Amino acid sequence: MNIDKTKCIGCANCVPICPMGAIYIADDGLSEINQETCVECYTCYRGMSTENLLQQPTRFLRGLLAFFKLRFQPDPDICPSGAITADELTWPRILRRAFSDPQAPHESTGIGGRGTQEVKTNELTGRVKEGETGFTVEFGRPGVGVYFKEVDKVSQALAKMSVEFQPENPLTALMFNVKTGELREDVLNEKVMSCILEFKTDIAKMPDILNTIEDEIRQLDTVVALGVSVRCDSNGDDAVRDQLTSMGYDAWRAKINIGLGKHTNPAPAGEEKVS
Amino acid sequence: MTNTLHRFGKPDELKDDYIAFTLVCPGKNDIGSIERARDFLKIALKYNPVNFAAESRHGPVFRPEKNLNLFRLYLRGRKEIVSPELVMDEMEPPAHAVVVFSKKQALEEFLKEIKEIDLGLSVNVSSLVEDFKEIAQRIGISPHSINYSLGFRGNLYRLPEQQVLALTTMCGHGLIASSFAKKMIDRVKERRLAPEKAARYMAKLCVCGAFNTSRAERILHEARMSKSKA
Repeated sequence: MNIDKTKCIGCANCVPICPMGAIYIADDGLSEINQETCVECYTCYRGMSTENLLQQPTRFLRGLLAFFKLRFQPDPDICPSGAITADELTWPRILRRAFSDPQAPHESTGIGGRGTQEVKTNELTGRVKEGETGFTVEFGRPGVGVYFKEVDKVSQALAKMSVEFQPENPLTALMFNVKTGELREDVLNEKVMSCILEFKTDIAKMPDILNTIEDEIRQLDTVVALGVSVRCDSNGDDAVRDQLTSMGYDAWRAKINIGLGKHTNPAPAGEEKVS
Repeated sequence: MTNTLHRFGKPDELKDDYIAFTLVCPGKNDIGSIERARDFLKIALKYNPVNFAAESRHGPVFRPEKNLNLFRLYLRGRKEIVSPELVMDEMEPPAHAVVVFSKKQALEEFLKEIKEIDLGLSVNVSSLVEDFKEIAQRIGISPHSINYSLGFRGNLYRLPEQQVLALTTMCGHGLIASSFAKKMIDRVKERRLAPEKAARYMAKLCVCGAFNTSRAERILHEARMSKSKA
């Protein structure tokens, strides 16, 4: 992301809009973006309304108003001159956008957002089966961001516990060795808004896994949103909530799949349709 | 598409926040899914959702205006919300849809009707577990799978104050900056901005439409009245 200095009027509206705090007013009185801090989430570029005011007349007017102790103050969501521009991204920086802009689909899974369906389509995918627990460790959330090198430490520690990383997940796609949980070296210094490490284990291992996650993330300079998923039984009950509560977790809020999904696509020729 | 799990707040502060959404599973039920997702949205409209979105590069009902000029700003006025019909028309594959309700009763009536039609898409509800169980028992549905939020861990010193967090976590993708939420709270406190208007400014940044404008208005109003509740 960048600021077109021939358009910016220095109103500073974009400064608080940036979720990573990457935008600031430089010595020339115009906005600038710290490229190391920016995660290419496109919030400033896409989320701000735009006017097409001309830079020089607007800056003159601002100066004039300031002389009379008056203030030029556009609505807080407007970039008055449409000065924010999107750069052409190359590898590995392009990963920043893939993981930070929900409207950019992940090439590894074809899914937007954080690129994974977790148990949201579990009635069709069977991703987490009875007797298993799914985990979502979401790094950088809320609003802090994370470098892949920090994720790498946790993924390696979890791999030692023989967890099964979810193959249909963009973070797993960045591992050069899924057995060891090691991420590709060329991506470690890239920063993203958030990313989800997704894996599953036997349900009996849940307490040990949660303790390991807690130990590992205590050493990170970021925040993590933790989620545990499970397949319910035929009564709609599950085997983990009581256990989570006894371990001190507040499992009072959840995302609940009510199981209405069906195979509706026509079966390919020669195959029987599954319903 | 969804980013609704980890909304910050104690249970009694999440009693006006109910999200329902559909998801398509590529290769299994994506053919003809746009029409079915539209049916989901049409039914939701009967129950007055506070936010409403379909998979599209254009965003939910609350969206930025890209061609403002003096006429539009000062004579016509801002047009910060588009019609739900336009959102449905713009839907693109994969046909995901999300609606946010501020009342439990609305979610219940909505799910009751969704259950009766053969939607064929995965439907998820993001809410307090006890509230969902109460509804499920009354209308005869049961969860297939459940994903519990265990809250935030790590270096929590990097998180902002509670009221800011309650606002920003309503966009789980993190597109609402803490600094912008703080700016909105301050402007509402200074009576330079109405809570409704501030909530809409924030909603426009959440491209998935999961932001609950009604809850945001309540939080902003409470901030103005100097209550510390999130």
